[in-house]
Amino acid sequence: MKLNTRTIVAIGIGAAVFLVLNRFVSIPSGIPNTTINTAYAFLAFLAVLFGPIAGALVGFIDHALTDATAYGSIWWSWVIVSAFVGAIIGLAWKRIDIEKGIFGGKEILTFNIYQIVANAVGWGLLAPVLDIIIYAEPSDKVFLQGAVAGLANIVTIAVIGTIFLAIYAKTRTKTGSLSKES
Amino acid sequence: MSSVKMLSYIKRDTPVHNLCGVTKLVVFLAWTIVCMLSYDTRVLLVTLCFSLIIFKLARIRWREVRFVLAFIGFFLLLNDVAIYIFSPEEGVNIYGTRHVLFQFSSRYTVTKEQLFYLFNVTLKYLTVVPVALLFLITTDPSEFAASLSGIGITYRISYAVSITLRYIADIQNDFHNISQAQQARGVDLSKNVSLKKRISGIASIAVPLIFSSLERIDLISNAMDLRGFGKHKIRTWYSARPFKTADYIVLAGMVLFVLVGLYVTFHDGERFFNPFVP
Amino acid sequence: MKKTVIEFRNFSFKYRAQVQNTLTDINLTIAQGEKILIAGASGSGKSTIGHCINGLIPHYYKGEITGNLFIQGKDAAALEIFDRSKMIGTVLQDSDGQFVGQTVGEDIAFALENDCVGQNEMIPRVSRVSRLVDIEQHLHAAPQDLSGGQKQRVSLAGVLVDNVEILLFDEPLANLDPATGRYAMEMIDDLAHETGATVIIIEHRIEDVLWRPVDRVVLIDEGKIIRDTSPLYVTALSYAGIQLTEGMRLSHPSRIDPETIQEPLSCWYRQEIKEEPAPNRDIVLTLSDVSFSYTADREVLHKISFDIRRNEMTAIVGKNGAGKSTLCKLICGFEKPTDGKIMLAGKDLNGVSIRERADKIGFVMQNPNQMISQIMIRDEVGFTLKLRDMPKDEISDSVNESLQICGLYPFRNWPISALSYGQKKRVTIASILVQKPEIIILDEPTAGQDFRHYTEIMEFLQSLQQRGITILLITHDMHLILEYTKRAVVIADGRLIADDSPARVLTDESIIKPANLKETSLLTLADKAGFEDPFDFVKHFIAADREARHTPCHP
Repeated sequence: MKLNTRTIVAIGIGAAVFLVLNRFVSIPSGIPNTTINTAYAFLAFLAVLFGPIAGALVGFIDHALTDATAYGSIWWSWVIVSAFVGAIIGLAWKRIDIEKGIFGGKEILTFNIYQIVANAVGWGLLAPVLDIIIYAEPSDKVFLQGAVAGLANIVTIAVIGTIFLAIYAKTRTKTGSLSKES
Repeated sequence: MSSVKMLSYIKRDTPVHNLCGVTKLVVFLAWTIVCMLSYDTRVLLVTLCFSLIIFKLARIRWREVRFVLAFIGFFLLLNDVAIYIFSPEEGVNIYGTRHVLFQFSSRYTVTKEQLFYLFNVTLKYLTVVPVALLFLITTDPSEFAASLSGIGITYRISYAVSITLRYIADIQNDFHNISQAQQARGVDLSKNVSLKKRISGIASIAVPLIFSSLERIDLISNAMDLRGFGKHKIRTWYSARPFKTADYIVLAGMVLFVLVGLYVTFHDGERFFNPFVP
Repeated sequence: MKKTVIEFRNFSFKYRAQVQNTLTDINLTIAQGEKILIAGASGSGKSTIGHCINGLIPHYYKGEITGNLFIQGKDAAALEIFDRSKMIGTVLQDSDGQFVGQTVGEDIAFALENDCVGQNEMIPRVSRVSRLVDIEQHLHAAPQDLSGGQKQRVSLAGVLVDNVEILLFDEPLANLDPATGRYAMEMIDDLAHETGATVIIIEHRIEDVLWRPVDRVVLIDEGKIIRDTSPLYVTALSYAGIQLTEGMRLSHPSRIDPETIQEPLSCWYRQEIKEEPAPNRDIVLTLSDVSFSYTADREVLHKISFDIRRNEMTAIVGKNGAGKSTLCKLICGFEKPTDGKIMLAGKDLNGVSIRERADKIGFVMQNPNQMISQIMIRDEVGFTLKLRDMPKDEISDSVNESLQICGLYPFRNWPISALSYGQKKRVTIASILVQKPEIIILDEPTAGQDFRHYTEIMEFLQSLQQRGITILLITHDMHLILEYTKRAVVIADGRLIADDSPARVLTDESIIKPANLKETSLLTLADKAGFEDPFDFVKHFIAADREARHTPCHP
């Protein structure tokens, strides 16, 4: 598949927005050391708008750049998982016609099934397995880490990601259906 | 602007800076791969020494990386503690012997094997750091897209990365402005308010940031189309650095390094170096 | 006869989603080397003409084309956007959007890179073009380090590097301060002479484009060409009852023959116009010796002092980067002054948080899309009250009241996305009004707006002022200052250099220059007609124009 210019720009700008969100827009959730991070909700949102390739690339570029600029190092295992999650959620793009402004109960369900599967497999399974293979870390630890990260992402995406998509769908509403009231 | 400092390119005239970006990218990737595959203490130590030498060559100053190194150090320490809490016998399992030094409780003993294992984990994470830092600090971001394209990634994807690097500063700026304006409307993200309010506060900053950024996408892609982006199968790069003799030497050295490193690690069919077996 | 480069023949265009034609029966011929201005209000279809020429229609915007368009003799239907990019260089309004490279050099080279030109040829070509637009000192600079004018020069270089024969400018002045805009028009003119390129400028700021002569002005309205023009000085001439004729060479005031205008103009000028009495109200906001710096070595603001009186509408003017926005950030509490005092109704604001200040001082950002976070209008306007835990029915009452003031009440149950830009701007103002602030600060309230929307926004702000709200505007729009404010505070290089009536500020050479403002063409006209005191003439014009605007017969 040839990427058109618009998708390329979407990947580039999307990754920049993700980085800024990831750096600045996160709030303490009340559970120690766990923040509600809007960045992954945004990744899910972008993946539904632009498809699996864009989702995977934004996930990849972002995680790599965030790691590199914040820690001066890149953990490829988690970078790959980010790309994987972006790609899987991006598959929902075919089933949700967000550009037509349709985002009702059925679409919300579809979106959340995709994101839950993506996060469960990605963070709950893929990330720990890669950590064990590459870093030989204890399995209890990495599975718990993965489960916490995955769960946090699932909740964030379910709440904030769904809000983002709903707002976007509303911006596609046609003016014709509206009338002034006195 | 109270922008948070990010690690970034520092312009200097050193042999490392003057290498072609493609060379540096290949070295960086090969290096991290070796560090990921190998668990051999000797290989990791030698690699770490090498990277410190290159650090010196690139004339990177201590204060330029001090902050990030402290940050990583803290992170690795935390990670070691976590590993120990979860699995105090991991080292024993890996190396197959058990030399107890002392004991906290029935579950938590300190063994030579566990200490050596933790040392190796830390070393493994640490070895990648200097190379990654080197790569970030000595590679001109405007050359980066050209380098990605140089290792065979399609220029379309390479250009997406270039766009990210180009617009981060603009979007960060937008973020600060939006955040200030929303705070003036009473948005509070601190722990003083309820979780529900915090979420709605965060959405009130994220939503305008995201939607005003989406508007840019069409504009920028039109501007690029109007200037012929995507016309041909390949494109040239204004800021690509030409390949020189030094680059060939470095690449040849890197191949040698990878081969030796992997041989030393795997010649006994085991990726761990085991000093406990007599 | 000169070669025709662009020819529209019975050309019409309809966007896919729309019922009516956006362009109807356009017949327009542009000859090689011509310089033309295409003017019209937003929604008139002038930008659509630009899209048809550069190929964004049909490449990006889909729709139905009837009739013909020929570009350099070729049928446009057979030309892809890439083919056209070799003949036509487009400079977009948003220079940040157009600037895609990470450095100046890279961005200029962008088109060459896409054409697979090798570095040995590319580098000398980039350096040659950068000299042409005078940006060669900054080839390694990042876009963040450049001013708006410099970015625009880079955009221009980026299309010139391709040796295009037609230059298309889509609203080139929208984001520039007056003096930079004037410089841009001079450069475009000089380049056109040097390269012999055909120049098409799409812009609604007619008066500013006409700083340098153009060959023709094409006026578009409702998708049709109606040939006419009325820049500010032409308006003055028509108040004075001077007949506008083809022979008068109206494209620039300096080219008008003085004989034809002197008599009637001075006659009009001598007519009595009553001066409004100067208001004398109590002071709401005081700045005394306020200084600010981000880093120790560079001061952004230096000892700024002024008072704002209740119910005033004051403009804070100055060139881009002079410190106007920083000043507002200090007043709102986003940043803290390094020295000096800011007082609100006699109370020192030092230590008062952003939120507490927000009860008294509202801030409206330039781009409404950067403020709006809710889907529905009511939710957006009531957002801040909800955060303050106001009871639901009280919120509802306040929101209704605010919506009524802003003329948005009939739309109260609409999603914001269905509103126009100007209406969105009102939503952001309404959402500040619910906080019942005493002062509202607006950053560039009219930037990029055409005359109709601009008037709409400004008349609305005036109505707020009449309700007793003090208004502070950050702007570099000369007409806005002249027509709507009674006072201008001028900041240049972090210092306050003037605090006076707009007419006096804009006629004082020693203020205009450092502030990057521009003398209005009225001055040139006054000069031409030989009036002794140009300041008085400008004042006279403003008063007459104010009166004219408030009589219903005026268009």
